[in-house]
Amino acid sequence: MNRLNVHRLILWAMLLLFAAWFLVPLYVMLTTSLKDAEQLRAGNLLSLPTAPTLDAWFKAWDSACTGVQCEGLKPYFWNSMVMVVPAVLLSTLIGSLNGYVLSKWKFRGSETLFAFMLFGVFMPMQVVLLPMSQVLGWLGVASSIWGLMLVHVVAGIPSTTLFFRNYYIGLPDELIKAAQLDGAGFWMIFRRIVLPLSLPILVVTLIWQFTNIWNDFLYGVVFSGADSKPITVGLNNLANTSSAVKEYNVDMAAALIAALPTLFVYVVAGKYFVRGLTAGAVKG
Amino acid sequence: MGALAIRNIHKTYNDTVHILKGIDLEIEAGEFLILVGPSGCGKSTLLSMIAGLDHPTSGSIHIGERDVTNLPSKDRDIAMVFQSYALYPNMTVAQNIAFGLEIRKVPKAERQAAVDRVSAMLQIGHLLDRKPGQLSGGQRQRVAMGRALARDPKLFLFDEPLSNLDAKLRVEMRAEIKLLHQRTKTTTVYVTHDQVEAMTLGDRIAVMKDGLVQQFGTPAQIYNRPANRFVAEFIGSPAMNMVDAQRTGEALTAHGVELAITDAQRAAVQAHGSAELVYGLRPESISFAATGLPGTLSMIEPTGPETYATVDTPAGQLTARVPGVLQAAVGDAVHLQWQADQSHLFDRASGVRVG
Repeated sequence: MNRLNVHRLILWAMLLLFAAWFLVPLYVMLTTSLKDAEQLRAGNLLSLPTAPTLDAWFKAWDSACTGVQCEGLKPYFWNSMVMVVPAVLLSTLIGSLNGYVLSKWKFRGSETLFAFMLFGVFMPMQVVLLPMSQVLGWLGVASSIWGLMLVHVVAGIPSTTLFFRNYYIGLPDELIKAAQLDGAGFWMIFRRIVLPLSLPILVVTLIWQFTNIWNDFLYGVVFSGADSKPITVGLNNLANTSSAVKEYNVDMAAALIAALPTLFVYVVAGKYFVRGLTAGAVKG
Repeated sequence: MGALAIRNIHKTYNDTVHILKGIDLEIEAGEFLILVGPSGCGKSTLLSMIAGLDHPTSGSIHIGERDVTNLPSKDRDIAMVFQSYALYPNMTVAQNIAFGLEIRKVPKAERQAAVDRVSAMLQIGHLLDRKPGQLSGGQRQRVAMGRALARDPKLFLFDEPLSNLDAKLRVEMRAEIKLLHQRTKTTTVYVTHDQVEAMTLGDRIAVMKDGLVQQFGTPAQIYNRPANRFVAEFIGSPAMNMVDAQRTGEALTAHGVELAITDAQRAAVQAHGSAELVYGLRPESISFAATGLPGTLSMIEPTGPETYATVDTPAGQLTARVPGVLQAAVGDAVHLQWQADQSHLFDRASGVRVG
């Protein structure tokens, strides 16, 4: 065996080790969620389920107790869906419009405005909690799914704007000028030229926003009302509701249910994600 | 009233940077106007203003009878070919060509007819279904011209359209642009920094520098009677020979060598105040002879059809452009001759033409 092969071997061993390191928790979650209560009591974390069953999944979905009510994660899941989909679409659309204006229709002060928006990307979430709840109260949407949606749209705009602005900077200005000479106006250029060229960054932003908003806990726990809690809050409540026996299989199934949509989005659109992050200027 | 008239255009940025300092130009319908000059001379800014993509600080622009100074681009009835071509990457060639018509709500049948017409004219019929990314540089150039032609505009604008092409293709496309103009007779404004493009394409040339038009005239006027030293040196390759000269009595000398001038030039020099002049000679005006200004060959550059020969003379270094191959070697003693009426005289301080 020559030196090159030794190096290869070490490389592969390291890669496999790290892959295993990251995958073990997922393995434990998946196997545990398929075990029954009896096997759980045996206490072997890494063993395969002897009699695989989806009971824990069903229970986590619609009958596990999350505090006083026992309807599983189902209502929370739909709360999240109803809130996340419009919030993602709106924040992405606004971000792309902002990026279009800040890169192709610069005006006096637009760079300063962009600098302030950048500040928003780095602002800690905790800072806005109190003023935001005040604002939501004034608007009459406190403790509702709409209020939560609004918070996520507003909180997402700085980063979506940043994504799109930086992508559109790479689009040649001459494209916009050519379209202007062809007779197209602001919206027509956006709709017919800029948006069709935005697919990679659109996918990146959609995934980014979906993951962020779906996984958010802080805003969810602070701004939602009794019947508008998102799935992360539901999961927390489910895991914290004490009963005589800790049902790890149900907890694991619930965690997986909460994670599935983001996993699904990434699997479906992941290749665009990597492509979009590395895409340079569009070549004409 | 001409097809395009530019009146006293000024442009300042932030009240400090003076890009254009009073531009006046006027051309007739069907003429091909060249704006040429080194980078930073303001030629592209001026073109942007004609296109409506930039706005003058003061002055006015007229296309035909209309004052378009404050009109948006789309209402000016113009089309433009950009340096980067700026084809829409998401559309096919046919869609690119028809886009301007579509925006203007031209019926589909007419759009199709326009696409057919320009694609036949530019021989791009086989490319209509491709995306710009699948085209070569020359093909993109053709499509960009097709897009501009489709609308049948009153005014055609070109912004350094050939500078992204390699040397061979550039010559080909230059000829195509010339042919196209001869056929369509559309009034055209063409920006370039290449003096060969300027000379070969233009009906009228405006040589610009530092935000001012140095000279505005036909290629022959620009070449044969450059208005100042800058124009004389900018147009023509190899550049015009420039020799510092003094007026001594009736004669003009450089380092003790008397330089040939005509009687008219002699009168102009006498009338001119300063004795410090520059004597200009185009390389092709100089020929080798048995007698004349003696010198030593210091460099020989054969190009094939002609040869550039650099000669050290008592008056200074001169470049001669002689036909064919030069039968001589570096270091040879030679004599140079030229006709007095081939010379150009400029004031040394101001650069203005004296005679």
